[in-house]
Amino acid sequence: MDSRDTPALALENITVTFAARDAKDTRYTAVQDATLLVAPGEFVSVVGPTGCGKSTLLNIAVGLLEPSAGTVKVFGEPLAGLNRNAGYLFQTEALMPWRTALDNVTVGLEFRGVTREESVIRAEDWLARVGLAGHGHRYPHQLSGGMRKRVALAQTLILDPQIILMDEPFSALDIQTRQMMENELLELWSANRKSVVFITHDLEEAISLSDRVVVLSAGPGTRPIGEFTIDLPRPRDVAEIRLTPRFIELHTKIWRAMKDEVLKGYARTRIQ
Amino acid sequence: MREQESSKGLWSKIRPQQGNLRLWQVGMLAAFFAIWHVLTVPGLMPPVYFDDANKAAFFFGEPLKVLGRVWDWFYLGAIYEHLWVTLWETFLAFVIGTVSGLVIGLWLALNPVASALCDPYIKALNSMPRVILAPIFSVWFGLDIASKVALGVTLVFFIVFFNVYQGVREVSPTVLANARILGASQRQLLRHVYVPSAMSWVFASLHNSVGLAFVGAVVGEYLGSSRGVGYLILQAEGTFDINTVFAGILVLTAFALVLDYIVGLAEKRLMVWQPRQGETERI
Ligand SMILES: Nc1ncnc2c1ncn2[C@@H]1O[C@H](COP(=O)(O)OP(=O)(O)OP(=O)(O)O)[C@@H](O)[C@H]1O
Ligand SMILES: [Mg+2]
Repeated sequence: MDSRDTPALALENITVTFAARDAKDTRYTAVQDATLLVAPGEFVSVVGPTGCGKSTLLNIAVGLLEPSAGTVKVFGEPLAGLNRNAGYLFQTEALMPWRTALDNVTVGLEFRGVTREESVIRAEDWLARVGLAGHGHRYPHQLSGGMRKRVALAQTLILDPQIILMDEPFSALDIQTRQMMENELLELWSANRKSVVFITHDLEEAISLSDRVVVLSAGPGTRPIGEFTIDLPRPRDVAEIRLTPRFIELHTKIWRAMKDEVLKGYARTRIQ
Repeated sequence: MREQESSKGLWSKIRPQQGNLRLWQVGMLAAFFAIWHVLTVPGLMPPVYFDDANKAAFFFGEPLKVLGRVWDWFYLGAIYEHLWVTLWETFLAFVIGTVSGLVIGLWLALNPVASALCDPYIKALNSMPRVILAPIFSVWFGLDIASKVALGVTLVFFIVFFNVYQGVREVSPTVLANARILGASQRQLLRHVYVPSAMSWVFASLHNSVGLAFVGAVVGEYLGSSRGVGYLILQAEGTFDINTVFAGILVLTAFALVLDYIVGLAEKRLMVWQPRQGETERI
């Protein structure tokens, strides 16, 4: 097989069933028979209602969780243990609070045995790229939420992973900062094309960033229910592209597919 | 009317507030000594409670004599040898207790089987009144400093141990997972995630553990020794020299405060990464 046809990341027929710790018979199947293929260099967004299993899918892809059924392949190889080709931007706080911003960025290089001088030079460069030059000496609690996200971004990208998994990285940011970061992300990505899986529940964000948008159904038993190729031209400006007719057309089409699922998900959480 | 107002104005100026807090604290101490003095100096108070004029002084000491004794100790230098021994014991107990608590705490916290196995014994050792071990330690380690250090170590060890144990279990699973994905080996996880997280709990308990190391040293001396401030107190008690007993207590208290202050300084330096309340600067 031509190596260019091999997906960078292939989640095939994944099922994830959580067993409650105290009562083994109460099971919850978060994801059922989900398949997701990501080509090398492709930017895929995954949208879905809250609690549907998006983070669960990423945890599977990075190897933190093992699927109850199905296989994960990375560049054609079945995944065993942690995914060494992936970088993961967590939905929640993941910086080490006892390290400064700079030391948080260098930590991955440190683990790989890169010398201190070299990793500091590279980390300074990355801090500058995410707009945090001169903030390296600060501890996470001294940074704003948006700054912490950017440190986390630099921390992940400095290792130059082949696959980048991002779990709602910008959802805590205000709309202006968010659009700025989205543009920065697109710029970084176009300079060095990696496979990206970008989780969000914001459809506009998904469309403006991606090559492809995958819509997940509401849980339980989540699986993709629609895939939409985004044929908007690149390079894009995320703020401007939202105003183009093609964007609105795509948005309407995908939203129609999503709406029922969102209502279903909402109704379910309300009943609980 | 006007007078009342002006006296009110005066009070609002001198009442305890941010600026003059230290002054008030010193004043309270002075008042305490003054009352102590008035109540105990022979012949000053009418014999309401004690029939003999000297009895109050016998039971409660006399502050002037107590302070005189403290002065003599430091001026003539008799105390330094004893103080040095007590502080050295405190230091050794603190270091040994902390290091062993850290190592064993980490080891047990990262070994679920071992910790499940040892759990009831650790609980038992911790709830045992460990001061009672002092006589046994005297038999095992002799009357020199080793037995006092051993007592201090048993006190410090458990504080540090439980804090480390807690610290390891409280490591954020996300931070841990993130470090693993960033490529940390098992050893690197220990060094860069578990230990720093545990250390924050250990530092949080520094005040307690230094205090207890001090307690271990003094109680050990008190129960049998030939040197140390606890020994001075014991000796004075043997001759009913209540003033010297109080002088010893005074010296111990002062040094406990000094140790606490040093710990505070160390804490400030080591815990820079922890958020503190209200870190803004007034301009
Ligand atoms: N360890 C677990 N044990 C049991 N149930 C779990 C566990 N982790 C997740 N779940 C359940 O699986 C479902 C999916 O969770 P997940 O975190 O993947 O949602 P999500 O799509 O990322 O939601 P959000 O958009 O709010 O982040 C939820 O209903 C959650 O309650
Ligand atoms: Mg999530």
